[in-house]
Amino acid sequence: MLAAFSSVILFAGFFAPYDFAAQDRDTPFAPPTTLHFVDAGGSLHIRPFVYDPRDSASTSPNAEAASEQTYPLHWFVRGTSYKIAGLIPSRTHLFGVEKPARIFLMGSDAYGRDQFSRFLYGGQISLLAGLIAAILSVSLGILVGGIAGYYGGWLDGILMRGGELFLALPWLYLLFAVRAALPLHISQWQVFLLLISVMGLIGWARPARLIRGVALSAKERNFVLAARGFGASDAYLLRRHVLPQTYAVLLTQITLLVPQYVLAEVTLTFLGLGVGEPMPSWGALLTSLQQYSVLSSYWWMFLPALLLIPLFVVFYAAADALQELHKSVPL
Amino acid sequence: MGKVRLWRACLVFIAIFCACSATRARPQKSSEDRMIAGAATGHAGGRLVVALRSEPKTLNPALALDEPSRDVIRCITADLIHINRGSLKTEPSLAQSWSVSRDGRQYTLQLRRGVRFSDGQPFNADDVIFSFQVYLDEKVDSSQRDLLVVGGKPINAVKVDDYTVRFELAQPYAAAERLFDSIAILPRHLLQNTYQTGSFSEAWTLSMPPNQFAGLGPFRLKEYVAGQRVVLERNPYYWKADRAGNQLPYLNEVVFLFVPSEDAQVIRFQSGDTDVLSRFSAENFAVLQKQQSQKGYHLDDLGAGLEYNFLFFNLNDPGPNVPPEIARKQAWFQDLRFRQAVSAAIDREGIVRLVYSGRATPIWDQVTPGNKLWLDANIAQPPRSLDRARELLKSAGFSWRNDDSLVDPRGDHVEFSILTSSSNAQRTKIATIIQDDLTQLGMTVQVVPLEFRAMVDRLLNTHNYEAAVMGLVSGDADPTSEMNVWLSNGETHLWHPRQEKPATPWESEMDRLMQQQLVTLDYSKRKKLYDRVQEIVAEELPVICLVSPNILVGAANRVGNFRPAILVPYALWNIEELYVQ
Repeated sequence: MLAAFSSVILFAGFFAPYDFAAQDRDTPFAPPTTLHFVDAGGSLHIRPFVYDPRDSASTSPNAEAASEQTYPLHWFVRGTSYKIAGLIPSRTHLFGVEKPARIFLMGSDAYGRDQFSRFLYGGQISLLAGLIAAILSVSLGILVGGIAGYYGGWLDGILMRGGELFLALPWLYLLFAVRAALPLHISQWQVFLLLISVMGLIGWARPARLIRGVALSAKERNFVLAARGFGASDAYLLRRHVLPQTYAVLLTQITLLVPQYVLAEVTLTFLGLGVGEPMPSWGALLTSLQQYSVLSSYWWMFLPALLLIPLFVVFYAAADALQELHKSVPL
Repeated sequence: MGKVRLWRACLVFIAIFCACSATRARPQKSSEDRMIAGAATGHAGGRLVVALRSEPKTLNPALALDEPSRDVIRCITADLIHINRGSLKTEPSLAQSWSVSRDGRQYTLQLRRGVRFSDGQPFNADDVIFSFQVYLDEKVDSSQRDLLVVGGKPINAVKVDDYTVRFELAQPYAAAERLFDSIAILPRHLLQNTYQTGSFSEAWTLSMPPNQFAGLGPFRLKEYVAGQRVVLERNPYYWKADRAGNQLPYLNEVVFLFVPSEDAQVIRFQSGDTDVLSRFSAENFAVLQKQQSQKGYHLDDLGAGLEYNFLFFNLNDPGPNVPPEIARKQAWFQDLRFRQAVSAAIDREGIVRLVYSGRATPIWDQVTPGNKLWLDANIAQPPRSLDRARELLKSAGFSWRNDDSLVDPRGDHVEFSILTSSSNAQRTKIATIIQDDLTQLGMTVQVVPLEFRAMVDRLLNTHNYEAAVMGLVSGDADPTSEMNVWLSNGETHLWHPRQEKPATPWESEMDRLMQQQLVTLDYSKRKKLYDRVQEIVAEELPVICLVSPNILVGAANRVGNFRPAILVPYALWNIEELYVQ
C-alpha cells in the first residue's frame, strides 16, 4: 500500500490532471467536482461525466442542474507537459476532461488551482524532504551512536551529553533564527535543502542513543570479542560486526522518522518557513487554512490534512511490522 | 496593516461627492455657542465596543503615528476646522467661522465661546497658539509639522483677542482650511509645563492617570488596562448638541478592545462582542454576509475607497547604494516598453476576482473611482493583452529561447523578485498572480514577503530591491495630500525618492504641475493640472496601478446614526452622533 501510494506520488505528473501552478481564474475555491452518471435528462452514462465548474460557481445552487452541457471523463488524455519521475518528458495524463470544463477531485484553491494535482506534486516535496531528512539523521545517528557505543568512556560521555543538548534545543525557534539569518532571495531549492538539513541535523540524537545501546551490547558479544582477539581493527569490527546488528533498529527508526519529518515539514511550511509559492507541498496546501474565511467556508481545503492521517497510520504500521519481523530473527 | 498612510490634510474647494445618502442640515450657531449636529436624534446612554488591531502607542496627538493611537485620539480631541467625512466638505468645529484675506494668505478664525476641556477648564485662543507652537516645534518632531509648513515657512499663528486667531501663510494656498482638519487642540493648562521643561515627548502615554488628560473631543479617558482595553467615557463638557438641543455624545462609554488579528476581529464582531468593524478583507465580508440575516448586524460595501495598489520597479540611480546585480536589471526597468509590457500582461480583472472576491475596481492611474472629484475619466484602460506585451518586449530587443524563457538583448534571462509586506495577505496574493502572469511572458519572478518595516527600509533607504507591490491611502481626496508621492524630491516618491533634481523630463513636468496646482485657487484649473499628472502616471508607468479595494464596514443593527465614509476613519468619524438602541 505504501509502495502504491509512493509510486502515485513519484509519477504525480501522470496522475495529476493539471500542472501544480496552473491557475484557472474563473474558478477560485471551486468545490470538489462530482462525477455524474445520470444526466439532467435522466439517461444513464457508462462513462462518468462532469459539468463545467464555471456554471456552478455562478451564484445559484441550481445552476449545475440547469446546465445542459456534459463533459465526459477521458482516460489517458494529452495535457500539459511534465517529466516522468523528473526525467522523461511526457504529455499523457491518466484522466482529464475537455476544456472548458475542469475536474477538481479535491476542489480548487484561492487561485483556481487543482488541489488534487497540488496534493500529488506536493507529496513529492514533502515525502522527499521526510525521507532525506530521516536518512540524514539516521546516518548521523549511526556515526555518533556507533562511535560512542563502541569506544565508550569519556568519548561516549561527551557525545551523549551533546546529543541530550540537541534533544533539549527549542528547534522551532532555532529554525526561525536560521531562516532570519539567511538572505531573502534564496531559491526554492535552497529553502528545501535548508529544511531538510535542519530537520536532519536536529533529529540525530534519538537514533544515536538507540544505536549506542545496540553497539554497547554488541561489542561485548563473544564473536566480537573473538574477532578482536584475532587482531581485527576497530574500523573492521564496527563495520563487520557491530553496525550490522543495528540494522533492524535503523530500518524501524527510518520508518518512524519519515512521517515525523513529513509532519515537521507541514508544520514549518504552515508557519511560512518552507517552500514558497507557487511550489506545492503538503504544508503549503494547508497554509490557507490560517485564514478564517477559508477555514469557515471551504471544507475541501481540509482534505489534504485528512489524507495525511491514513498515510501516517500506514507508516507506523510498517514500522511495527518491521520490528516484529526482526524480533523473530535470532541475532 | 502594511500600508503607508499618507497623512496629509488637504484642500479641496467644493466637494460634491457624498459617500452616504444621509441629508445633513447645515450647522447653525446656537445661543450657547454649541454646535448643532445634523444627524437624527438618538437615545442617550449605552456603550459601544470596538476592536483595535493593536494597543495604541500613545495618546499624545503630536506624536501618534499608528492607526490605533489615532483612532482613540480622534474620539478625545477636536480640531478647529473639520472635514466632514460624509460630505467631504469642511465644516466649523472649534472655530465657528473664519474669513480669508483677499490674497489668500491670511485666515482669521473666530473661536467658539464658552467651550470647556474635558476637565472643566475653559478653552480660548491661548490653547490654539500653544498647540500650534508645539506642532511646529522641530524638537517635538511632530508628523503634522510638514503640513503646517507652507511655501517653506511655518504657518504663523497670531492671537488677536481671546477668541480670535489669525493664521499667516507665506504664500496663497488653495482653501488652506483643510489643513486644520485633525490638528488636535491641546490644553495649555496641562501641557505647558511639560513642554517648557522639554519632556513633551513623554507626556500623555497610555499609562498616565486619566485626570492628567483633557481634550475637546466627545469622550475622555476613563481607564486603560494594559494588553486588554482602553475605555472612554462621555465628556460632560462637550460642545456639540443634537437638533433637539440634547448635549452630545449619546454614548456613555466607548470601549476599545485590543484584538490583534483581522480574523479574530471578524469572529468577535460575528459573535456580537464588538459593535463596529472596519478594515477587513472581502473574503471575511463574504463569510459575515452569510449570517447577516440571522445575526444582528449589517454590512456595507461603500465602493472604491482612496487606496490604490500598484507594482513598481527600482528606478533609483545606480549609484553606490544600488547593488550591481540590481543595477544590471535596471536597464530593463528603465525601458518604458518593458514597463508597458508588464502592465499589459497583468490580469487586473483576475486580481479583482481572486484577491477581492469582486469587491475592488481595476485602475490604470492613481486616482480611484472613489475620488469622483479628481478622477480623470479620459485615462485609457487597455484590457489585458499578452500579445501586445510580447510585441512591446520584442520591440525593446527582448527575445525568447527555445524553452519560452525571455532573454534581454544581451542574452540574460529576465528574472526578478517582487517584495510585498508579509502582514498584508492581499498584496502577497496580488504579487502571486502577477508572478503567474509574467511567467506566461517567459519571465522568472519570485515573490518575497517581508516584514513591513524591513520592506520600507529597502524601498526608501537602501534601495536594495528589484520590484515591489505596495498600496497607498490618502488622508484626503485632494491631490495636495499626494505631494510627497509625486514630487521628485518627495520622501515617498517610491520608485526614486529624494531626487536632487528630476531624473526624467516627465518627472520635471510632474513637479511643475504639482507645484502649480498647490497655489492655484480655481478648481477647474487645478483639475486640469492634476489630470495631466494622472496622464503622465498612466503613460510613463512609474508605478503600474492595479486595483483599488472597496471600503467594507459592518455594524451591529443596534447602532444608530451609523454612516460610514470612504475617508479614514471609515466608521467612527461621527462617534458623537452614534447611539445604541
